[in-house]
Amino acid sequence: MTTRVFVPRDTTALSLGANKIATLIQAEAASRGLDIEVVRNGSRGLFWLEPLVEVQTPEGRIGFGPLSTDDIAALFDERFQEGQQSHPASVGLVEEIPYLKNQQRLTFVRAGITDPVSLEDYTSHDGYKGLKNALQLSGQQIVDEVKTSGLRGRGGAAFPTGIKWQTVLDAPGEQKYIVCNADEGDSGSFADRLVMECDPFMLIEGMTIAGLAINASQGYIYLRSEYPVAHEILKQAIATAYEHGYLGKNILGSKRQFDLEVRLGAGAYICGEETSLLDSLEGKRGLVRAKPPLPAIVGLFGNPTIVNNVLSLAAIPYILDKGGQAYADYGIGRSRGTLPVQLAGNVKRGGLVELAFGMPLSQLMNEFGGGTRSGRPLKAVQVGGPLGAYLPEQQWDTLIDYEGFSAEKAVLGHGGVVMFDDTVDMGEQARFAMEFCEFESCGKCTPCRIGATRGVEVIDRIRTGENQEMNWQLLEDLCDTMVDGSLCAMGGMTPFPVQSVMTFFPDELRSARQE
Amino acid sequence: MTTSGQWRMEGVRDIIHGLKHKPGALLPILHAIQDHIGYIPESTIPVIAEEMLLTRAEVHGVISFYHHFRTHPTGRHIVEICRAEACQSVGSRALEKHAKTTLGIDFAETTACGSVTLEPVYCLGNCATGPSVRIDANIYGKVSTTRFDELIADCRDAMREVS
Ligand SMILES: Cc1cc2nc3c(=O)[nH]c(=O)nc-3n(C[C@H](O)[C@H](O)[C@H](O)COP(=O)(O)O)c2cc1C
Ligand code: SF4
Ligand code: FES
Repeated sequence: MTTRVFVPRDTTALSLGANKIATLIQAEAASRGLDIEVVRNGSRGLFWLEPLVEVQTPEGRIGFGPLSTDDIAALFDERFQEGQQSHPASVGLVEEIPYLKNQQRLTFVRAGITDPVSLEDYTSHDGYKGLKNALQLSGQQIVDEVKTSGLRGRGGAAFPTGIKWQTVLDAPGEQKYIVCNADEGDSGSFADRLVMECDPFMLIEGMTIAGLAINASQGYIYLRSEYPVAHEILKQAIATAYEHGYLGKNILGSKRQFDLEVRLGAGAYICGEETSLLDSLEGKRGLVRAKPPLPAIVGLFGNPTIVNNVLSLAAIPYILDKGGQAYADYGIGRSRGTLPVQLAGNVKRGGLVELAFGMPLSQLMNEFGGGTRSGRPLKAVQVGGPLGAYLPEQQWDTLIDYEGFSAEKAVLGHGGVVMFDDTVDMGEQARFAMEFCEFESCGKCTPCRIGATRGVEVIDRIRTGENQEMNWQLLEDLCDTMVDGSLCAMGGMTPFPVQSVMTFFPDELRSARQE
Repeated sequence: MTTSGQWRMEGVRDIIHGLKHKPGALLPILHAIQDHIGYIPESTIPVIAEEMLLTRAEVHGVISFYHHFRTHPTGRHIVEICRAEACQSVGSRALEKHAKTTLGIDFAETTACGSVTLEPVYCLGNCATGPSVRIDANIYGKVSTTRFDELIADCRDAMREVS
């Protein structure tokens, strides 16, 4: 009987040598005359175990990781292919690993289990059930289901998705668009990438349902050019969906049309901002547009457009399959459903942790993350990307919840958690926030374009001890100006990490470290 | 991907003709040209402008807005080092310094032998296993200085095979 061995093909597994391992396993199996099929699955998101190789056994899938190419011959010697767990890299039944078992995966149910480009795998694991339901519903009924779910946009601003869809549904216009924001520029974020690399049909299904809801016949995925693996996998999945009637002129024989295309960004963080993204899709410089009008009313090529983050759209198939209420049953307060948190940076067990809202940040970092990778004390945590505040220890008990984070002058954003140990120089981090804004500003408004440049200069003066008190005051004013006077959150939120350093780590900003 | 030298304007026109019917075709066209030639030669700008009914200044404006597009040839390999926060927390600043020192170049420069162009990148989505480096279409994780040197040696070997 053929033994199935799984070797992941997501960016992280590949970045740690998964392709070589897959080749070696094949070669070793051939030379030993073993009947082994190597399946390239997605990743489970347990990145500290990657490359994580799994073997199918009657009891379930048994994992071995993290593996290096040197381990492969020994794996076979220990007869891993028969489910023997004597190799030191054995982690036992993968689904029993507490990190995975203790999650509440609604969006990431299939990640790592299936072959991402196998439509058959997708449909045999509940895929396309949501679409089949949606095809029986009116646009309004679909929108109502999304409203019931309480889903809020996962791209950062946490705007209620159902209300956005309602606006587009109600907007007059023959041509409407669905645009998926797959620009995922935030450092510490990889959940969008994982959706696209591990379960691309889920995103395609979510977008198709959105198209049915508002009667849009065309969708675009705006993907950052930094994601070559996601690009390949998406293109392959889209082609397969077309071949099997899940995309195109006559979706599953319903006479409804939905076409989908991936468009590549070109290395501009600001193009994750939805109006800049639309300009970029139109073939222009990615300048931010003034709002109103909202993209929901005047969006792509001037037409009503839904712009949603990958995770927002990826939540839709579940909602249309199990019902909005099933999704809303998870979470706390106004944060309903689950958030795929991404543990990144200096973390021992980095990866994707999908949980209902309401878990304390500290529990995530300790129970799941296991503390820092370096083993040194944790010092600060940046949540929500480069525009998010640095949280000092006294804020680590904050619950994962949009309102809870706002109350701490922090943002949950896209759920990226970047941990820093005590070797970090917080003054350097504050400077970087301004430097990044200077590099990535679209240049349309002065507080951001000029402010970021001045910010770097003023921080440098403070750090070299030049007129320190006066420059400190100047930095405070500059931050206020940027917050109040910027057209978009790029300039408007860049001060958040800076101000958090000024509040919680003032001494490190005042004195540049001597090297 | 990064080829050097040989390209014809006819090829560029073919690329444009193949894509210009798409709504908002300019970015796909620029990507296709850069993938084909390795960069977007200045001399193609008037052709792109003419075909797309834009001014040269408009085409230039779009190219210069995006960090990914470039109008000059690169080395045989493009080595991008992640400079974003998650990689900073695990030593990317030291890696960046090491890279610049050992290669003897700054960002946006090419080694004298023509094998490597160094570029910054802000996150490769590989943030739990940094420091991260991208070389052409491949992304590498947990890149120590030793690992970096090995990867660069591969770039140089590959160059020798070509020449
Ligand atoms: C500077 C900046 C960068 C952004 N980057 C992203 C991004 O990479 N991905 C994303 O989905 N949203 C990003 N956003 C938020 C989008 O503007 C928008 O709110 C989002 O795409 C809406 O989708 P959602 O409602 O599903 O979250 C960014 C916003 C700003 C101001
Ligand atoms: S705040 Fe910055 S990025 Fe946003 S519109 Fe103004 S200049 Fe552009
Ligand atoms: S911060 Fe370096 S890969 Fe994300």
